[in-house]
Amino acid sequence: MSILDLARSQFAITTLFHFIFVPMSIGLAFIVAVCQTMHYRTGNEVYLRMTRFWAKFMLISLAIGVVTGIVQEFQFGMNWSQYSRYVGDIFGAPLAMEGLLAFFLESTFLGLWLFGWGRLSPKVHLVTIWLTSFGTVLSAYFILAANSWMQHPVGYVINNHTHRAELKNIFAVLFQPTVLLAFPHTILAAMTQGGMLVIGVCGFLLLRKRGNQVVARSLRLALPFTLVMVVATMVFGDTQARLMYEQQPMKMAAAEAQYNTVNGAPFSIFATGSFTRHPKSLSKDITIPHGLSLLATLSWGGQVKGINQINAKEQKKYGPGDYVPIVGVEYWTFRLMIGAGIVMSLICLGGLLLLRRRKVEINKWFLRATLIGGFLPILGNWTGWMFTELGRQPWVVFGLLKTSQANSPNVGSADLVITLAGYILIYGVLIATGGWLMLRELRHGPEPDPSGEDATGAPGAPAPRPELALAY
Amino acid sequence: MHTDPSFLQGLWFILIGVLWAGYFVLEGFDFGVGMLVRALGRDDAEKRMIIHTIGPVWDGNEVWLIVAGGATFAAFPTWYATAFSGFYLALFLVLASLIIRGVSFEFWGKVPSARWRATWEWALAISSGAAALLFGVAWANFVKGVPMGADHIVHASLLDLLHPYALLGGVMTLSVFLTHGALFLTLRTTGEVHDRAAAVVKRVYPIALVVTAAFLIWTLANQSFSVGVLIPVVLAAGVFAGVPVAARKSGGLAFGLSAGAIVLVVVSLAAALYPNAVPSTTSHAFDLSLVAASSTHYTLVVMTVVAVIFIPIVLAYQAWTYWVFRHRLGRDDYEGALTPVAVLESRRKEKDSGVDPTIAGGA
Repeated sequence: MSILDLARSQFAITTLFHFIFVPMSIGLAFIVAVCQTMHYRTGNEVYLRMTRFWAKFMLISLAIGVVTGIVQEFQFGMNWSQYSRYVGDIFGAPLAMEGLLAFFLESTFLGLWLFGWGRLSPKVHLVTIWLTSFGTVLSAYFILAANSWMQHPVGYVINNHTHRAELKNIFAVLFQPTVLLAFPHTILAAMTQGGMLVIGVCGFLLLRKRGNQVVARSLRLALPFTLVMVVATMVFGDTQARLMYEQQPMKMAAAEAQYNTVNGAPFSIFATGSFTRHPKSLSKDITIPHGLSLLATLSWGGQVKGINQINAKEQKKYGPGDYVPIVGVEYWTFRLMIGAGIVMSLICLGGLLLLRRRKVEINKWFLRATLIGGFLPILGNWTGWMFTELGRQPWVVFGLLKTSQANSPNVGSADLVITLAGYILIYGVLIATGGWLMLRELRHGPEPDPSGEDATGAPGAPAPRPELALAY
Repeated sequence: MHTDPSFLQGLWFILIGVLWAGYFVLEGFDFGVGMLVRALGRDDAEKRMIIHTIGPVWDGNEVWLIVAGGATFAAFPTWYATAFSGFYLALFLVLASLIIRGVSFEFWGKVPSARWRATWEWALAISSGAAALLFGVAWANFVKGVPMGADHIVHASLLDLLHPYALLGGVMTLSVFLTHGALFLTLRTTGEVHDRAAAVVKRVYPIALVVTAAFLIWTLANQSFSVGVLIPVVLAAGVFAGVPVAARKSGGLAFGLSAGAIVLVVVSLAAALYPNAVPSTTSHAFDLSLVAASSTHYTLVVMTVVAVIFIPIVLAYQAWTYWVFRHRLGRDDYEGALTPVAVLESRRKEKDSGVDPTIAGGA
């Protein structure tokens, strides 16, 4: 492995790990805030138990997400110092704003919420969880603005004296269409992940005959919520893809393994090629005629550019070189992402139909499907990011800076191997411990429904499960 | 050619200094408390109480570091790129410590087994101590400089960073943060834990004072004489020397002086560093100046507008958090009750049955 490959592997591994917990935290924080709001509005104690139960998953997820997030911020300087020098004038701004506006908000109000039960008035306490949730969403906006700039640089000039990109218009960076579409797509996918986790946990408990009011009501809320979120994710994704045909045609051509420009292009459902980086031809290509042209251009005979033509064009523009990402990876991550979305929406739809027939809690097939469904958002989010980041290659900043020019010249393979091994070790412990703790909470299940006595608030009755409180 | 930093470059150098100072004052006591959980807590109730003194705030305190890093990236990208890639393995160790520390809090209370708790207490203590030590080592190297050529690319191994001056800096932050954390505990606890924390202050403080004075004198000796560095150095040593006098009068004042001394140490180091971002030990001709490391004027203006609006808001709500959780925690709050919610429930019951719930505390 070259030094560049090691640095890229490190970024990929740490980011994918981090991104299990980011959308999970965003989704769960919102769901916890909704549960607590329902309790505040209705006074129904089931919502309070729901708040506490889902908060436990949120807290484990947030803890791991936050600590692994620091690595992400430092990594730009550590492994990608040439990148940081080149784009820092632009890229640093949204990162600093993310810390100042979002991370402070999220962490401070999470502390207030966690330790503020009973100390703050119920109204103020409710506000603290909403501000935590808002902080998580806001942080996503800034980091997506930064990433969108890497996908589609705007609002900059190249300084020929310093040979770096300089910021000319911050509003162009913060509000370009690329981020305005990437943000809802990512946030809705995060909400989907929270919702699917809730559905999966409920499914697990129901399979073990551990259902109670918390499980029943959570499932009833999560099914329609998640269905809306996952469908909306796909709608925004579709819009994003059309924008991508204009901004990064190569990525989309690779997504479809469309080697040559055609009018009325078919949509490929299943294709394989030989195990080379750029197979010259595809075998077993199952297609829907005209499907791709319809999706990409909204017309029957619309022209879709092919990899070979785009590559030739980019060679003319940027000089000799290979501007094709790994087509097989692009093709399959794109399909796995969409496939995960479709399967998740089918699970939710099936659940809703069963709910209408009052069979959702007893249908074994549905409950088993939710167990897999709980993991599908991770697959969808991972493949989505792999698609978008690998599809930009060989560029780190599209059209401006190649990945091969971006890494730190003074960081050698020994440094990278040591830290990569270190991260894998630490993250391995984190995922094992965090996963085990979540499984433990799952086995405990939510607080049981109150019996008649407890409901009357008999004085001196021992709290049924004192360790259920959230703070450490 | 030497040019002076512009007004905005100077302002951002100060702001980054403020962020570091804020980070060390706030996370400094978190580190101290983290190191002391096992040493001062004799049983789970006491340990939980100690952790709860910083429970609501440590995460917010850590963000000061993240924002300091982000601000450096935005305002002085070349500083960020040069330092972060140059201090590669040292930074990795910092990150590893902060990760382990962060999850230790969360994991500790999740499983009621002695072995589980002991594991995360040790993890918390060691990672807090390691981070405290490493930040001193890092800052000593920031100020002293690193081997670096005209291309501003650092060529230093981890061992190159562990010279005596840097190690002394590490011992300084370790001992100062330990004192600072113990002082914080005397403010936030009652009873035996309070007394034990006061005893730690008595034992560690003299070491911290001597090491700090020695490190600051060394810092002065390292460079050509400058009044701008001498003043904060003298003030830092003087303020820190006042801690035991203040402690006789008020714990709050002693903690305030310790916080003030930490701020002044950062001011001393920043003054010693100015107008450079990263000095070169190879030759001063290769020093990376703030001017050379800076972002464009436009970016600095954008970031200044954002900072002027949002820093006061952040300070306001963080201060409010400390106000909400200002009460001292006592052992009684944790005796028998496993969780803060249980504490509150039992207190509500006391209230209902007419018992006076005056004991302050509980988080």
